[in-house]
Amino acid sequence: MTPFSFEWLWNTEYTIFFGLLYVALGIIGCGMTFVIIKTVLQVFGFMRERHFH
Amino acid sequence: MDSPLLPEGAKRCSPTVFFFWTLPWLALLAWGGLSAFLCLYKALNQTNMSNVFAFALWIVFDLGVIALGAGAFFTGFLTYIIGRKELKDIINAAVIIGFICYTGALAMLGIDIGQPLRGWFIFWHANIHSMLVEVSFCITCYAMVLAIEFLPIILENRELDKIKELRLLGHNMHEIMAVFAATGTFLSFFHQGSLGGMFGVMYGRPFAARGGFYIWPWTFFLFILSAIAAGPCFTILCTKLTEFISRKKLVPEQAIQSLAKIAAWLLSLYMVLKIADTLGWLYGVVPDAGQKFMDFYREGPYGVWLLVVEIIICGIIPAIILMIPKARQQQGWLIFACLLNCTGIIFNRFVFIIVTLAIPVMPFDRFWGYLPTWQEWGVALAVIGYGVLLFSAAYRYLPVFPKEKELNAVAE
Repeated sequence: MTPFSFEWLWNTEYTIFFGLLYVALGIIGCGMTFVIIKTVLQVFGFMRERHFH
Repeated sequence: MDSPLLPEGAKRCSPTVFFFWTLPWLALLAWGGLSAFLCLYKALNQTNMSNVFAFALWIVFDLGVIALGAGAFFTGFLTYIIGRKELKDIINAAVIIGFICYTGALAMLGIDIGQPLRGWFIFWHANIHSMLVEVSFCITCYAMVLAIEFLPIILENRELDKIKELRLLGHNMHEIMAVFAATGTFLSFFHQGSLGGMFGVMYGRPFAARGGFYIWPWTFFLFILSAIAAGPCFTILCTKLTEFISRKKLVPEQAIQSLAKIAAWLLSLYMVLKIADTLGWLYGVVPDAGQKFMDFYREGPYGVWLLVVEIIICGIIPAIILMIPKARQQQGWLIFACLLNCTGIIFNRFVFIIVTLAIPVMPFDRFWGYLPTWQEWGVALAVIGYGVLLFSAAYRYLPVFPKEKELNAVAE
């Protein structure tokens, strides 16, 4: 459900419940996007690779 | 044959032996596949679930594996957020076990809801006052987090590691793992809690109902605490079982002892609160509902022995064993205590799910007992088959235990 769905109600309960869900999904999505962009930049030589171990 | 795929310097059994090892677990999966097909094709009349037992064996397994899989988020929290470096030697195993538990639970729920094609309704037409909706959201999101945490371990496979793009992706994911670990901790905290909270708000069933803090009944906090006490013990058990089968030392004793010590304190705290909660229920909720303690145990298959087993045998005893440093340093006692702790959490979930529903709430009701069908057992045991297969494949092809080579250098 999104704020554009017909069942959506603009009240505290919906805002907290779905707000936290979208924050969690946002962190996961942003984290993966950051990792993928960084990897692409490193593959094409625009960013230096860090060495582990 | 598959030697290029094995971790560098690690000794593994031959592909033939590995193939024979997988056979019984594949058989379990096949049994589960047939059962799942029957449940989806012929509907849930293949189970013994009814209007009385809307929750049954699958939910006991679900809640059980979710609690046992808590080792992943809690070990991740200790490793990446608190900074317990020694746990890096066991975190991969914890993540894989967590991934198995959560994906297995989700698969089982897919059968349990009867119409998986409408499974997305819970997300799109959500009832925000339902604790189970919160659980569904958190479990699904946390399964994503676990997949993200598992991916870099897969990418460390010897052949995959040769591909530069994948190696970089794995390294970059490792670098921000703390972010995912923190998200996983947040999600796990709430779904473990809400699973317990759901029973606590059943005011019509005084066996499960509890008071609480603000909107959360005490069972909310007890479920979180019991999961983080049992999860690390399950990780230790799986690691010890792998060590026993592979006849190798895989994890430094320091990591095991550190995890066992933390589990000991958490289990002890849980037992104190659980006993306080039981006494509060006994002298508060039960008389307020106009009932007596023995009203819940006077008939039917589920007697007071369940309470004794759950709290004393599988709670207080393992807590004492794990709290004594000399006892937990002995392999036998450590495994025994972990086994009791994990059994205790299964008993706890069984009591909250089955016994709660079995006890009559109306004067004309009777005590019920639940006997699952072979299809229910098939789906539930398939999770064990899936888990053993995935963990075996992970151990064979991935560097799950980073100190394996170092710990077995002399022996090999």
